[in-house]
Amino acid sequence: MRLNGLEKRMLAGELGEPRRWAIGQQIAVGEFFDAADFVEVAQVHICADTEALGPSGVAFLEQIAGAPEEQRRALVPTITDPRGADFRRAARIGHPDWVVELERRTAGAVAAMRIMLTDTCINYQSVLPPVRGEHLAFGDTGSVIYANSVCGARSNYEGGPAALAAALTGRVPRYGFHLDACRRGSARYRIADRPRSLSDWGALGALIGRAQESYWQVPVIEPCLGHGAGSDELKHFGAAMASYGSTAMFHLCGVTPEATEMEPGLAAVEIGHREIDAFYQSFAPSRDELDVVVFAAPQLSLFEIAELARLLKGRRVHGSTTLLVATSPEIRHAAERLGCCATIERAGGVVLEGVCFYQMHARVLAEANGWKTLMTNSAKLVNIIAGYGYEPVLAPMDRCIESALAGRIRR
Amino acid sequence: MRIIRGHKGIGRFVRGLALVAPDNFSARYDLDRERGIFSRPSHALHGESYVGRVLVLNAAKGGVATSWMLAEMAARDMAPFALLLNFANPIMAQAAAFSGIPLIDRFEVDVTRAIASGAEIDVDPPAGLVRILP
Repeated sequence: MRLNGLEKRMLAGELGEPRRWAIGQQIAVGEFFDAADFVEVAQVHICADTEALGPSGVAFLEQIAGAPEEQRRALVPTITDPRGADFRRAARIGHPDWVVELERRTAGAVAAMRIMLTDTCINYQSVLPPVRGEHLAFGDTGSVIYANSVCGARSNYEGGPAALAAALTGRVPRYGFHLDACRRGSARYRIADRPRSLSDWGALGALIGRAQESYWQVPVIEPCLGHGAGSDELKHFGAAMASYGSTAMFHLCGVTPEATEMEPGLAAVEIGHREIDAFYQSFAPSRDELDVVVFAAPQLSLFEIAELARLLKGRRVHGSTTLLVATSPEIRHAAERLGCCATIERAGGVVLEGVCFYQMHARVLAEANGWKTLMTNSAKLVNIIAGYGYEPVLAPMDRCIESALAGRIRR
Repeated sequence: MRIIRGHKGIGRFVRGLALVAPDNFSARYDLDRERGIFSRPSHALHGESYVGRVLVLNAAKGGVATSWMLAEMAARDMAPFALLLNFANPIMAQAAAFSGIPLIDRFEVDVTRAIASGAEIDVDPPAGLVRILP
């Protein structure tokens, strides 16, 4: 890779050990993907939940945080993905003390690097939306696919260590979705029927993601006539596609800004209600008892929380079922101010802030609470959570709520 | 001895036993990292131990957590020995760079068909080569 003068000084260790480590990591990855040089980034978003970090990752962050201030601070605005525990509600949902302690140590180390603890995977809705053409280093698959596809910004998947490296150098290797050539459509789908709910959008994204060959394929989707999509719909659509397919960008014709870019002669695969309904059926439960209902993955927007509050107003979650809602600190504060949190909590729900369910040591929570059957409207969450020992059920939001009230799965 | 060529990889030369499936890979989605086994019920390697094996799979899938997780697994001696994929994504490359677990991808053939589970293989990331030993 070509290095400029500043990058050579970083590599030589003249700007301290953390930046030498960081650019060394980035050169290894850049050369693996044949990057010619670096590109500066405007924002960094870092995954640093302790379920991913583990004790060794936390110790690594503390080691960087122990460097002199001028060597350890982030060079560009840097924010965090959801953490693993909601400090104020950890006891209520059965998080053990060791999880909370690991999270506190992580928060301390991250703050020492002047990283802002936003604890959100919907930063494009709740912090600072990306801008077309802006180069970023985003560290959540859902935020990357939204930034690339909906905003027209440019980011690869930057895992925790890589996003940390980007924060310390202010740049990333220029390959993949930073380059025009990688952003052209290379697979084609046609939506036959209008999706009926957010979970339909998630199912649709999942079906497309599952069909993608690799990170490097970019699906082009033709919506049914006269149909667009909103931010929450595209959030579920993209997050599921990224989860099932490692897909970092899609083009939705008539909606996303670069949708005109497509390789010629691609045959379209049609997806409609029949395929979506079969997808739901693939998560059909083996029993009716319902342990936990989760609204998360991605964290909820203010509109989604308002809808939940409307559905729960004046009602009561069944005593044998737990209902969890995960959102960002900013959105929770807004929902609190508007009375939505009080409505949900009067109904027996728990509105968590700064976390997302699968990043919360989900196996530990299952053991602590005896949870097995999990119902959600998130196609992303049902993809992840089976590996943690849960039996996941996918359904639209209103059916999840009716099931939570009954304490049994409404089919 | 058969040689399979891929793109230049990340990490050091190692020799080990292959664990192969025509399935995809994410540390967060697929593994019980405490027990060192594939825990996702729908995964082709469900129930199998990956510890100390050269994992040979199709493509990287799923989220960003694999890059922290592989390093944590390596710190506890509960990691795969090396990774061979038809298609890595940035997360796998970043994980390899951070954890020291060798990685090669972009082979001239479907690597999950070219190598049998249990085969002894040399993984040579600097040369981008895999040798299947007789």
